[in-house]
Amino acid sequence: MASVVVSFELNGRPAEVLARPMTTLQSVLRNQLGFTATKEGCRQGGCGSCTVLVDGEPMPSCLLPIEDVAGRRVTTLEGITPIDGLSPVQQAFLDGNGFQCGYCTPGMEMLATALLERNPSPGRDEIVEALGGNICRCTGYQPIVDAIEAAAGAASTGER
Amino acid sequence: MSDRLTVVGRSVQRSDGVGHVTGRTRFAADHTFPGMLHLKMVRSPVHHALIRGVDLSEAEHVPGFVRALTWRDVPHNVYTILGLIGVEPEEEFVLAQDRVRYRGEPIVAILAETEAAALEAVSKVRLDLEELPAVFDVEEALAPGAPIVTHWGSNAFMFEGHPFRRVRFGDVEAGFAQADEIVEAVYNSSPIEQAPMEPTGCIAVPEAGGRFTVYTNTQALYFSLDNTAIILQVPGKRLHFVGGTVGGGFGGKVDVIVEPIATLAAMKTDRPVRYVFSRSEEMQVSSTRSAWRIRIRDGVMRDGRIVARKVTSYADSGAYSRQTPYALTKHAANAAGPYAIPNVWIDAYCVFTNRTPSSAMRGFGVTMASFALEVQMDRIAERVGLDPWTVRFVNAYRNGDVKPHRKVVEDATLIETMQAAADLVGHELTDEQRAMTSAPRDGGAGGGGGTAGREVAGGRGGAAGREGAVGSGSVGTAEGGR
Repeated sequence: MASVVVSFELNGRPAEVLARPMTTLQSVLRNQLGFTATKEGCRQGGCGSCTVLVDGEPMPSCLLPIEDVAGRRVTTLEGITPIDGLSPVQQAFLDGNGFQCGYCTPGMEMLATALLERNPSPGRDEIVEALGGNICRCTGYQPIVDAIEAAAGAASTGER
Repeated sequence: MSDRLTVVGRSVQRSDGVGHVTGRTRFAADHTFPGMLHLKMVRSPVHHALIRGVDLSEAEHVPGFVRALTWRDVPHNVYTILGLIGVEPEEEFVLAQDRVRYRGEPIVAILAETEAAALEAVSKVRLDLEELPAVFDVEEALAPGAPIVTHWGSNAFMFEGHPFRRVRFGDVEAGFAQADEIVEAVYNSSPIEQAPMEPTGCIAVPEAGGRFTVYTNTQALYFSLDNTAIILQVPGKRLHFVGGTVGGGFGGKVDVIVEPIATLAAMKTDRPVRYVFSRSEEMQVSSTRSAWRIRIRDGVMRDGRIVARKVTSYADSGAYSRQTPYALTKHAANAAGPYAIPNVWIDAYCVFTNRTPSSAMRGFGVTMASFALEVQMDRIAERVGLDPWTVRFVNAYRNGDVKPHRKVVEDATLIETMQAAADLVGHELTDEQRAMTSAPRDGGAGGGGGTAGREVAGGRGGAAGREGAVGSGSVGTAEGGR
């Protein structure tokens, strides 16, 4: 199968790649473009560690053929990290130790970012519901849920 | 004093925290190098078989195929991870030679320009296997006529001349004879996969001067380096291992599985080589927590005292020993539980079967013992008609007691922990239970029980001397005494 040129927006900048059809967005990000914040945990859509935002919606990049993101807006963790400091979600994960080994963290933070964009003050059950597709093997999830709650609280009280 | 402490009692930001929340932390598989080859493994599709032939002819024609490695390419193909601490014999094959002993055992390593080409070439390797009967149960594996898994003719690992790790303390038969009740039960557990989010993997990179840098997510960097040096028969100074960032391990990454063959591949090709498990490899092939069978026979008095305990344990090591003999030794030291029992007999077997090799996982050797022993304690309580707390208080060990493996108890906190737990769950203790401490039974000094305000008497031999040296479980005391 001949390779195709795919153009899309990556973290606010234009991107253009040459890839064989059915190459995953995950593979393009990590292996062609060097955006390695997006992790590989299972490559079968089962763990959420490769979650990125496509037009603002969280998606497992390991299941997304690159040709399907043509013309769309892709955001990775690199794209939400400010030049100086951290995003409110990142700061809350850091302050609340919403991570241990750090491997699921990028996916969790992308999910949290999308959630708070959609719903700036989610209830705890809504946070738990939103995290349903992302697995963490270290924390037992409570510190992650706490961090997202704290990020929402910080945003609503204008702390950051 | 506390104002001199800069870390204890304070929240300190983790040094890797910003890296983790920004995704800038580099995990092993986040590295990439020009010309990097991909290694994929041809694995046994069956649990036990003789290898009659391996046909690479079709695989070699896959576009992107670079080369294959078989056992003939491995300088020291038969090794034992714990050989570094004197465990014998060498028994695990880096690449299978004439026999496969578990499903997923590596046989041929395929190197290709892309991962897709490597996978395609793997699928084109033809194996001629003669399947053998397999055994998956620890006691069946020890029975006469069982299929023999090892290459030396026995399915039991030998501990200093015995087919089990043994502990003998007092006279267990005399204890059973005097007991009011005999409580007997068997406890089984399944293998458990650690399932870290980051699959096991490494990248080996040739450097100038015949050296190799290996980016790895091992939990045991120097163990991996030393075993790789042995397997490749090169001096350790030619190997530079870069690690410390592990995307979850839980014991699942202490074995030396990917580094030797990836480094060998880098040597043979003079190219960087990436060898990272797929999720299915992580689940099927990487070491698990052992399956256990634990038989406990206790002689018990009506007041709840255990007067004799006999434990016969079997850990399923799978096809190779890895860290399991070490687990059995830890197990044997803990198999009577944190209880003072005058007569104890422990036989702990490390058994080879055709399951995936098992190894370390969080407290391995002790975790399943604790499960079995604590369920057993509840059963004892039920049998003698006492509440489970009482049975544990009655039997709790104290400082100065001698454990069955002849270790003097120095740091008992069982009683104090149970008292704290009772407070947390709102359980009423008796005045007697409330007044108990881990202090030695004869009233002399013992190890640091952490009981606030307890007087530390001197002059009671070794245990008392140690108390003075280590303080009573508080950094402050040690510092104040300096």
